[in-house]
Amino acid sequence: MVERYVMSIDQGTTSTRCILFDHQGRLVSVAQREHQQHFPRPGWVEHDAVEIWHTLRRVVPQALSDAEVTPDEVAAIGIANQRETTVLWDRRTGTPLGRAIVWQDTRTAPLVEDLRSRPGDDFFLRRCGLSPSTYFSAPRIRWLFDHGDGLRQRAEDGEVLFGTMESWLIWNLTGGPDGGLHLTDVTNASRTMLMNISTLDWDEELLEFFGVPRPMLPEIRSSAETYGVARSVLPGVRITAALGDQQAALFGQTCFAPGEAKCTYGTGSFLLLNTGTELVRSRHGLLTTVAYKIEDQPAVYALEGPIAVTGALVQWFRDRLGLISTAPEIETLARAVEDNGGCYIVPAFSGLYAPHWRSDARGVIVGLTSYITKEHLARAVLEATGWQTREVVDAMNADSSLALKVLKVDGGMTSDNLLMQFLADVLDVPVVRPMAAETVSLGAAYAAGLAAGYWPDLEVLRRNWHRAAQWLPDMDPRRRESEYENWQRAVERALGWIRSPNPP
Amino acid sequence: MAGPVQSIERAAAILRLLASGPRRLGLGEVAASLGLAKGTTHGILRTLQNVDFVEQDAATGKYHLGAALLHLGTSYLDVNELRSRSINWADALAARSGEAVRLGAPLEGRVLIVHHVFRPDDTLQTLDVGALLPLHASSLGKVLLAFGSVSLEPAAEAGLEAYTRHTLVAPERLTEALTEVRELGWAAEVQEMTMGEAGIAAPIRGHGGLVVGAIGASGTVERICDAKAVPQPALVSQVRHAAQAISRDLGAARW
Repeated sequence: MVERYVMSIDQGTTSTRCILFDHQGRLVSVAQREHQQHFPRPGWVEHDAVEIWHTLRRVVPQALSDAEVTPDEVAAIGIANQRETTVLWDRRTGTPLGRAIVWQDTRTAPLVEDLRSRPGDDFFLRRCGLSPSTYFSAPRIRWLFDHGDGLRQRAEDGEVLFGTMESWLIWNLTGGPDGGLHLTDVTNASRTMLMNISTLDWDEELLEFFGVPRPMLPEIRSSAETYGVARSVLPGVRITAALGDQQAALFGQTCFAPGEAKCTYGTGSFLLLNTGTELVRSRHGLLTTVAYKIEDQPAVYALEGPIAVTGALVQWFRDRLGLISTAPEIETLARAVEDNGGCYIVPAFSGLYAPHWRSDARGVIVGLTSYITKEHLARAVLEATGWQTREVVDAMNADSSLALKVLKVDGGMTSDNLLMQFLADVLDVPVVRPMAAETVSLGAAYAAGLAAGYWPDLEVLRRNWHRAAQWLPDMDPRRRESEYENWQRAVERALGWIRSPNPP
Repeated sequence: MAGPVQSIERAAAILRLLASGPRRLGLGEVAASLGLAKGTTHGILRTLQNVDFVEQDAATGKYHLGAALLHLGTSYLDVNELRSRSINWADALAARSGEAVRLGAPLEGRVLIVHHVFRPDDTLQTLDVGALLPLHASSLGKVLLAFGSVSLEPAAEAGLEAYTRHTLVAPERLTEALTEVRELGWAAEVQEMTMGEAGIAAPIRGHGGLVVGAIGASGTVERICDAKAVPQPALVSQVRHAAQAISRDLGAARW
């Protein structure tokens, strides 16, 4: 037995990371490199898929050499990736057709507005569990066809391939133009708006609607199963898992039972609730998505509430207002006062995501009086993350029969104790942080290690999870209610600010 | 006794020159004003820039005094920043040692717990963040005392409190212990604050080696120490390793 580690590749929005984990799920080595963000026009965000592939080819050997590990000591590779980012490439040359369109890109806004009025949200919700948004991949493919001469015909002819980042990387790892495997996993496919959420196959009606030819699409596979063997970078090592990054975090937090939920607090925040093998269709503004599918076992579903702006509000406070010099200082400033002084900030910088889905909303600061200081504003900044989480949890509790009992958290903002305590206070459930901070990478490693037999079952993974910190609710219920009402009134004031049906 | 260090004298002259007027100065102006070679001047300015005493305007390349000089009297590292920068290393220390981990920083003659990672056995534990510990009876406090982050005098005047029969309350014994901490590079507390409990701590250093806090592992005396009540060498090296890793991240190059 030489296989002593599992390798995880996290292809994220700003960087690509390669991490080696041992049997206890402990981090053995990390290598990370950023890639360039391209903003060719307002609202457009692009990545160079070739640059990302080259980045991967550099971080993998670095992670190995840092820990003095040889490729034959790697049991399997698992991939977690930024979701919904869309890349088209030439099957014969392996060259991308233009830059990848990133999930944050809003160029498809006019198209999405049209779709929501005709054929309307229900048409899509029934099939893919999602209502149209600039967030997902299918409108981007349609946009590319509308703006690229002869592209659709070449896709019909099987010359052009579509993929999200995991498809692009697996295709390149397994040979590229020379027999590369063109596949995706159910979690990534569930974010395209092209997969039928019940059958877990490409949906003929959706394909027809978006005009996407089937030959360009990758084969949909389980999140954990042997896809094939790498032919470059790590020749001979099996690739055995792929998951969208937020699903990977859910897996890394070992939320394997229905009712278990995690929220990852970064620039934005993503709360996912495991609903088991039951497909729950949201009536309260959440997304229905696939959590994971292990080999030929039934798929496990999740409800997801994405929040667009959480950590980004702290960054704005730091970079645009200049009231703090580092993000953690927000806590120092906020602790200088007892409360928010009656001030609330709704950070609807580019509209509001879950559960409102209002692109016509813009940010507001309400309750300003001459009493308000920068310390009160700092508190309102942190509280905005707490209340936005509360809104998503309320929607989850309304949609699912499983009321949230505890929230597992991860991500950079979990180092903020004031925020974590506030979260426990407003959710009225314990908030727990695990000892393994890198939950996205860990989730991909766990899935890969399961499929490769490195770990025997989910129970063993559960035993690797340890609580590093816990915050218990400690707020007067009347105060919780009145503060929440104030927050909701603040949100009402943010809605409808943009009058044009098509946001700029 | 060595003589004055020339580069420090020159650095002081540069700071006085930049402080003498509101105008920002270019490299050539600074060098000419002080009669120094441009290369020498540039080296000193770059070093002062590294410690945030001098800032360089991005557009014009001219130099002016840095904001850090205005805050020389106060702790330059925010405690929440310290937690954020330490969190991954503290988690790793708890995972590898199997013990609870705490970070301490000086506050008003005591140790403020700025971060706490639970012992990884999933038993019921309560977050200690915000709690205050005595300097002389805790391993975190002894590190802060030994490396000059805080002075014992105010507390000592009132008399050192005996928490257990092992607490070091005689000033000369405490002084001896602190000398040993400086020599070893780490501190221990064996049943000095609570009977049955022990802890090991090491210094976290920032720019220039200045100690800004301490990180430590603690638990029952049977787990932290061997049969002779001596701290386990493996645990000591894990704690020191974590402290050094955080220090490197904070810019303390030599540690």
